Formats: sequence, C-alpha cells, structure tokens
Amino acid sequence: MAAIIRMENIIKTFPGVLANDKVSLEVEKGEIHCLLGENGAGKSTLMNILYGLTSCDSGEIYIKDQLVEFSGPRDAIASGIGMVHQHFMLIPVFTVMENLILGNEPVKGLKIDKIKSEKILADISGKYGMEMNLHAYVKDISVGMQQRVEILKLLYRGADIMIFDEPTAILTPQEILELYKVMESLRQRGKTIIFITHKLKEVMEISDRVTVLRDGRVINKIKTESTNTRELAKMMVGREVLFSTRRPEKRAGAEVLRVEDLYAKDKRGQKGLKGLCLNVKAGEIVGIAGVDGNGQSELVEVLTGLRRTDSGSIKIEDREMAHRNAGRFLAAGTAHIPDDRLLRGLILDFPLYENMLLGFQDQKPFTKGIFIDFNKVRQWSKGLVEAFDVRVPNVNVQAGSLSGGNQQKAVLAREFARDPKLLIASQPTRGLDVGAIEFVHERIMQARQNGKAVLLVSLDLSEIMNLSDRILVIYEGKIIAEFMADEAADTEIGFMMAGGGKK
Amino acid sequence: MELLFKLFSMAVFASTLRIATPLILASLGGCMSERSGVINIGLEGMMLMGAFTAVVGSFYLGPWPGLILGILAGGMMGLLHAFMSVTLGANQVISSTAINIMAVGLPNILIPVIWPGHYGISPTVGVIKDINIPFISSIPVIGKVLGHQNPIVYVALILVPVISYLLFKTRIGLRIRSVGEHPRAADTLGINVYKMRYIAVTMSGLLAGLGGAFLSICYQSQFSSVMTAGRGFIGLAAMIFGRWTPKGAMLACLLFGFADAFQAGAQSAGVPIPPEILLAFPYVLTLVALVGLLGKTAVSPAANGKPYLKG
Repeated sequence: MAAIIRMENIIKTFPGVLANDKVSLEVEKGEIHCLLGENGAGKSTLMNILYGLTSCDSGEIYIKDQLVEFSGPRDAIASGIGMVHQHFMLIPVFTVMENLILGNEPVKGLKIDKIKSEKILADISGKYGMEMNLHAYVKDISVGMQQRVEILKLLYRGADIMIFDEPTAILTPQEILELYKVMESLRQRGKTIIFITHKLKEVMEISDRVTVLRDGRVINKIKTESTNTRELAKMMVGREVLFSTRRPEKRAGAEVLRVEDLYAKDKRGQKGLKGLCLNVKAGEIVGIAGVDGNGQSELVEVLTGLRRTDSGSIKIEDREMAHRNAGRFLAAGTAHIPDDRLLRGLILDFPLYENMLLGFQDQKPFTKGIFIDFNKVRQWSKGLVEAFDVRVPNVNVQAGSLSGGNQQKAVLAREFARDPKLLIASQPTRGLDVGAIEFVHERIMQARQNGKAVLLVSLDLSEIMNLSDRILVIYEGKIIAEFMADEAADTEIGFMMAGGGKK
Repeated sequence: MELLFKLFSMAVFASTLRIATPLILASLGGCMSERSGVINIGLEGMMLMGAFTAVVGSFYLGPWPGLILGILAGGMMGLLHAFMSVTLGANQVISSTAINIMAVGLPNILIPVIWPGHYGISPTVGVIKDINIPFISSIPVIGKVLGHQNPIVYVALILVPVISYLLFKTRIGLRIRSVGEHPRAADTLGINVYKMRYIAVTMSGLLAGLGGAFLSICYQSQFSSVMTAGRGFIGLAAMIFGRWTPKGAMLACLLFGFADAFQAGAQSAGVPIPPEILLAFPYVLTLVALVGLLGKTAVSPAANGKPYLKG
C-alpha cells in the first residue's frame, strides 16, 4: 500500500525545548496508525504541524505524494486532514448543527441554508451510524456525543485522514468500545486514522501499526501484531516499567472520614451532590470512579472546605466539619492534592519556597512574631524538594517555571508534610508522564501503608482500579455502587458509571 | 388627570425615540464587538469622535458629508481598538479606556485650532433636518410618534433587525459569534479569528460614530466635549441588559429613553418633584435594571475580553 502521509525530518524547537528532532512518520492509506509516547514526547507538536496549527522549523510533508506547506488549518482541511482534539473544539452554546457547519456553511442568498445543512448532515451521520439530534445544544449532550460531533465535523469537511488526539481520556469503558466501532467503520470506508495515545492497551486493541516517540525522536515503527505492551512500554519510557503499583496486604483501621446524606450545589447553583454517603478508614484507599461532571469536583471541594454544604454531615474522626472553612479542614488533619495544580495547587508567580509555606504560614517554627522567618522556610523547602525528588536548581525559582511533573511533586511534598490523617487526592496524575505517575502512585500507596485514609478521585478508571481498596461509583451526585478492588471488572464499573444501575 | 395625560402624551413617546436613537446605535455597536469577543467600553469615545468629526464635516462640507465623516471617524476609532486589542493583544478594557480618554482630549485641542476663539464648544453648524413620512404620519396614533422624525432615527430602528439578522442568520454572523465563544475552535476550522474581530470591532466603531453624529448634527447643532454624557456606557449597559442581542438592547434603550423623556416631560409639566431627582431618574433606572433585574442570568460570550494569541 502507498503511504498517504509522509512527514520527513521534521524539526521544531520551542524556546529551550527541542520538541521534534528529525521526526519522520509514514502512514498508509486505510490503516489505524498509533502515535505512542509520553507527555512531552512531541506527539501533539507533530500533529499540530501536520494540521497546520504550528509551523515546523524544517522538514517536509507529503500528502498523497504531493509536497505540501500548510499556513493554517484551512490548508490542512483542504488536503483532507481533520483532527479530533483532546479538548473538544466545540462551542457549548451553539447547536450541534451550527458546530458542524461552522466555517463551511451552506448559504442561500445571505442566509445560512438550514434545510440543506440538515439534509447533508443527516446523510453523513446515517452513513456512518452516528445519528444524533442536530438541534440540541452541545452543552446539553454527553461527552461521548460531543466526540461524535467532532468526528462528524471532519466527515462533513470530507476528511479522509483523521487525527484522534487522545480520544479515550474522557470516555467511559463503554464509550471507548463505541468509539472503536466508529473507528472501525471509518477504516472500512477507506479513511486513514492517526491515533495519538500514551495508553499501551489501546495501541494493542485498535491499531495496525505504531510509531513510538520519545523525547522528540522516533524510537521505533512497528506492526502492532509483532509487539506487546511490555516491549512498547520500554520503547516509550526508555526503561522497564512497573505496570501496576504493588498493593501489599493491609487491614483497614478505624474510620477517619464519614460523610452522610451530603447535599451541595454545583458551580451553576444546581444540585451537585444529592444525598451522598461514604466513609474512608485509616490505611485504606477509597477510589471514586465516575464520568466527569457527576459531582466529583463538588465532593472534593466540600470535603476540603472550599464549597458550602447545603445539608448533611461530614465527620473527620467524629468531629463535625460541615460548614467549616478550608483552614479548619487543614487543622483537622486533611491534606488536599487538587485536580488543577495550576489553579489550586500552586501560586505560579511565587517562588517555590513560598509555595511550600502555604498552609504553614501561621505555624511555628516559621513565624517570628508578625514576621516570617524565610531562612527557615527556604531550608525546610529544600529538604522537602530533595525528599520528593523535585528537580530544581534551587527553591527560589518560580513555581510556574517547573514542568508539570515537578509541580505535582512539589504539591505532593507540601501536602504530605502536613502529616495528614486524611488525604484527598483529586486526579493526582492528570497530565503527568509515565515516570511521574509511577512516583505519585507509589507515594499514595506509601501513605496508605502509613495508616492514612486516602480518598482518590479520578476520571482515569485504570488508576482507580490500580490503587483502590474499595471503589465507589459516583453518578449524578450520589454513590450508586460499591466494589471491592479484587472483585471489580472495569466493564461492570463502566456500566455503573454510565448510570446503568439506575434504570 | 390632565397632568397624567401630558406625561404619557404622544410627544413623550416621540421624544423617547429621539433620545433612544444614539443609545440604540451604541448598543448595536456593543453587540457587534462583544459578540466577537472584544469588550468595548470605548463606545463612549467612539461616539464622541463621531460627534466631533460630524460637526467639522458639516462646518466645511454640509451636514450629509459631515454624517459620513462622523461614521468613518467612529470606524477609525474601532480600527484603532482592534489594532490594540486584537493585533497587539492588549487588555481590552485598557485599550478602550485609552480611546475614551483620547476622545475627550483630541477635540479640545482641535477646536481652538479649527475655530479660533472657541474652547470646548464648537460653533453651531448645519444639521440634518427631520423628515415627514406622509404615509406613516397619517396613521392616527403611530403617526404622531413615528411620522415625523429625524432620518437617523429610522436608520437606527432599521439597523436593529439588520444587525440581528447579520449576527444570527448569516454566515459571517455565525463566524463572528464563534470567535467570541471559542476562538481556538473557530481557528481549527479555518476561520480567521483576527479578521472576524477586526470586522466586528470596526463595525462597532462605525455604529457608535453614527450615534455620535446623530447627537451633534441632528439632535443638537454643535459639538461640546461633554455631549455624549455617558451615552456610550448606557448603550453598553443596555446591551448587557438585552443579553447581547440587538432586539433586547433596543428595548432596554427605549426604556431608558422613555425614562429620560418622561422626566423632561414631568419637569416642563411642573410636577412637584425637585428637578435633580427627576434628572437622576433614567440613571437610577439603568442601575436598578442592571443590578436588580439582571442578576446572574446574563451570560456574556465565553471568550469576551480574552485576547486570542495563536499557538
């Protein structure tokens, strides 16, 4: 078969970073080709170049044996390339149809021709088995559906090369299977698919061939059937990888957190939590599994004093904590690894040592009357930074200048320094690469071994399954199912995550 | 009873329209700009420049060329705002505040240069006269309100559905709104975000310029450096009150216009309320409308106020 895409010797530098170092990629027509690599390996950069979103410093791109030079996505689209972005490029307040036709609107006179649009779109979605309500607002449809809108967008533009940028990250296991079906049907109709991922399981499940990137370089290109996950992992990370964190036997101790009949509003003032109950014991990791937007962030915020409780009770070691502020929660022995380290974990413009002080600023030995003894703070921070392997030249650097992995390690260092009874970890590995994920998982497991109660909230089901002793499924603000770690299958949990148990 | 009759007379409604006209034009400008994601608190300054240039134009060339020049001056200010906030990525509030400050300063410098001996206020110039539309003016009630007005009043009223159609029914309107909601998404579909914002902000300026020209060479016949008296901001408030839609904004402007006409009517009718309180009425109404009724329900375009920098 002929190569439909050839990217040759692509070089792209960002200030201080060589993102793509003579990368070559060859994709054949009608195949599903995986682009595998850790965060920062240069996958997204390469694809953004192919899609015309960024330009490369040197190198050549051939589409269907034609040398092309894209100055923007419009050129790429014209060459038949489309991209399903990781963060959907959809406009929530527009209808599905408006999102689909945007940039390519059928018109009649001055007016957008709605009847014609509807007909064209119904045809395409019927052909690929992706029927949907064209008049619904995108904000009202599920994440899986939104992804379909993205795919339809490409089909509408006549794309025959489709780039999927980590499309499974936000889907439930069922939705992932649905997506595989769609991809399969696309391939059968002669579409070429480039699938960006760092999940080995997915590579094995769906792809025909795989190109592995590491540190901006191509490490290998192989047929999927002639490799296995262990080999791929080694190529991707550059060393042997532990696949699951070892979970030593540990008997849970006394109850640390007890939540009963908890109600709270979400950001928009609607009911976010609707009578949620759970408990966490010392030396136990309780994982909250669920599709994004089912009350996870509200739960975490309520349990750290960042959101008001409407009713219900939160007890930490028998002390009632509902309606207390964040400071009280800290004092009661809670530590919080927030899901957005840039928003809530760190103050990016502050130097690292000031960030490490947050939450300790009124405590001995850092206070001296109304002053803060910054020498002590620096010294102490240095200790923490070393203990948690945060790679920085010194503690005076701005928190914002660290890499994602190092930022998260810094947050972890500070939160563990509280010696908490209860650790609330919300998506602790979001956006981290495999090495950093390993580190974070080990530390959380270590906390459990030291008798901490851990509540782990994550959208990544494999992370939940990997770490938790007990798994609770959250759906529409309530816990609707409970699984013990050893007896849970991901399909069962996925079924519950989609609200399956409710109907 | 007779007093009440006077206060709700057709004359009050006719003057409501006149007062609302510059507000409607400003609020339409606001809709254009902010739907594309560019905050425009510079409407006030754009109006003022429009008003000033229209007077200069009318002085040298006559009222109609003056009107055109006034519109263009507003457009130039819009272009300037677009350049600062879109191309240079400046903070849009600061960029449009700069326009407001400049619009106060520039005429004050130029007036004594153009008309020696004049400071802050221009001499009177020729105006665009009211017209009588025979067909409409013969209709009983409506005729008294709509039949005899300034041409620009009609233009403003026609522009409301026109801008609404433009924003919500046409291709360019969809694109303008898309860059105001999610410029990156628009960019990935090959829509030129900068071009859309330039078009929208410049149109915003043209509309504000027309509003200003109406003030100086239709509503009045001279320029003074305080003549907009916050109308740009009221137009902006009306736009928010009308939830960034031309029709909603127009209704809000008419409400304000009515409040103003009503207080003027009340003063001349000798209602025993101190004039200071009557004068404050429209402004209080705006405040109440914005703070009270509006509350949290207003949803601005998601990317409003955020400069878009290509990745």
